[in-house]
Amino acid sequence: MTQHFLPKQQLQLLIDCLRAEGYGVIGPKVKDDAIVFEELADATELPYGIEEDSAPGRYQLKKARHKRAFAFNTGPQGLKPFLFAPEQELWRAEHTDDGLIFRQSFPAIRPLAFIGLRACDLAALALQDKHFAEGPYPDPSYQAKRQQLFIVAVNCSRSASTCFCVSTGDGPSAESGFDLCLDELDRGYLINVGSDKGQRIADKLGLEAASGAKRAVATRQHQRAVQQQERQMPDEKTLMTLVDKLDDQRWQDIAERCLACGNCTSVCPTCFCSKQESHSDIKGQASSQVRLWDSCFSEQHSYIVGKVIRNEISQRYRQWVLHKLANWQLQYGRSGCVGCGRCIAWCPVAIDLVEEARALCLGDKP
Amino acid sequence: MAKLRVAIHKLTSCSGCQLAILNQGAQLLDLLEDIDIVHFIEGGLYEPDASVDLALIEGSVTTPEDLQRLQHARSNSKLLVSIGACATSGGVQALRNMQDERAWKQAIYAKPEFIDTLANSTPIKAHAKVDFELWGCPITIEQLNNLIRQLRFGTLPIDNKEKLCMECKRRQQVCVMVTRQAPCLGPVTRTACGALCPAFGRACYGCFGPSEQPNGKSLGKRFAGLGLMPAQIAQRFASIHSQSPDFNEQYHHWQALDPKLSEEDKQ
Repeated sequence: MTQHFLPKQQLQLLIDCLRAEGYGVIGPKVKDDAIVFEELADATELPYGIEEDSAPGRYQLKKARHKRAFAFNTGPQGLKPFLFAPEQELWRAEHTDDGLIFRQSFPAIRPLAFIGLRACDLAALALQDKHFAEGPYPDPSYQAKRQQLFIVAVNCSRSASTCFCVSTGDGPSAESGFDLCLDELDRGYLINVGSDKGQRIADKLGLEAASGAKRAVATRQHQRAVQQQERQMPDEKTLMTLVDKLDDQRWQDIAERCLACGNCTSVCPTCFCSKQESHSDIKGQASSQVRLWDSCFSEQHSYIVGKVIRNEISQRYRQWVLHKLANWQLQYGRSGCVGCGRCIAWCPVAIDLVEEARALCLGDKP
Repeated sequence: MAKLRVAIHKLTSCSGCQLAILNQGAQLLDLLEDIDIVHFIEGGLYEPDASVDLALIEGSVTTPEDLQRLQHARSNSKLLVSIGACATSGGVQALRNMQDERAWKQAIYAKPEFIDTLANSTPIKAHAKVDFELWGCPITIEQLNNLIRQLRFGTLPIDNKEKLCMECKRRQQVCVMVTRQAPCLGPVTRTACGALCPAFGRACYGCFGPSEQPNGKSLGKRFAGLGLMPAQIAQRFASIHSQSPDFNEQYHHWQALDPKLSEEDKQ
């Protein structure tokens, strides 16, 4: 793959080109003490010189000495909420003069280009695709949004302390699943093209070929990000042994700490569970069927025919971990964990998924 | 379909929950196509002894008179629903249940003998059969309208005990406990407010009471880890729903660990 170089001050040109192609451009910004993805008006809104300090139950932004735009690793969101909306109307029923009418609802969709997604985000996207777009009952709004997506990925030049994508095989550099992929250097970006769509944009940027010295810097950055990772998720074969540990005392130990608040599943880029509610207008003339993000940590999630099946927090945590790490392998051909570490940083009581998985599978003593 | 006859009774409370009815604006006219409000002092209707289909009770039982009025309301209604923190758990005024009520009365009132109160502020369910509860301080327009709509449809009202965190994350709000180490009660509190306080960067105060399966023990420990003193943790759990069993348990647990208390006080 030929690598090109885009000088730092020309990042705006990339945004302009994407906008000229009809994309709304979404990128990272600092908001409410975190990196969140929102529509970018221009490149100056990017989080220049910002890194995050993350630890179990903790996420803090800090100013770094450099002026790079993509030195952070993750924020709480990822791509998930844009494709799988937290709340979405599926259909409506209305009383009319012609009787009761049912109508499928379809959200307004416009092409979006994301700048700054990471290798773990792309691995998560591939998993969400399997669930929402490639199964026997594809979700039409997900599919429509997905088809119009343009992805500018960025390779991680450092790892946060909660990152463990090397052990899941999903990062820290993106190998596929993008239209363009950047390596951020101090004075600009190496650009790899990953699709025809990406090539069309790259052609408009008037890029020069990247020098060997610049490529060597990118390689060193990659190696540093790999070496910085402190956590290692057990391999998939080892994770399958979780299914033999249904009665492990560890589930009870975790349940004493776990709040069953669902924060882990909400920030997880691969979790896809939902529930549906009927919302009626005050006169009872129109009703809206709404799909909402749900969590296997919610009581109602395991309510079946008059009974809550998983009444204990220990059962709910076990359900999440067994599905995510073991049974996804049977369902989707790989573990559902992409090593982004969000569930660790955003757990209000600092439960560490990797630590728990290692304790259960390998007998590690935390 | 005949209109639902509704009475709105107020016991000891701030009247804030009744505003959920008045604050709907023009939508109130739509609501009134379905219900007849026959007693509602805040709305200027006074017929306390009317027989009704639905009695909404705001406020806690704090005086002998409250108790009497509650008993009348119960016997005059087919369904009785308690609305708001006072009615569901005793409310803010139930903080006095954990104090020396006589001493406070003497300290505050010039003529304490005029104050005729019961020893404790207690929720409606301590005195009468309650068919359904709407939690919240105050309740929301949506909670109330959903209840009435579901009764009109002839279905059981949905008792949404989901945790606030779920709503907070659906709104893509950033967790204030993780970024600011704010002592947020969201993980043990019922949703319904739309995760209002975290939307403004503040920790949840627990206005809507305990959620399903609240792990207050773990959350309290986490607050201690974030640097709160035992008395501060006790106060977090006590403020609005001090008499709900889940929050009450945490209050007593952390209060007992307060180093400022003498050994005698702890017993």
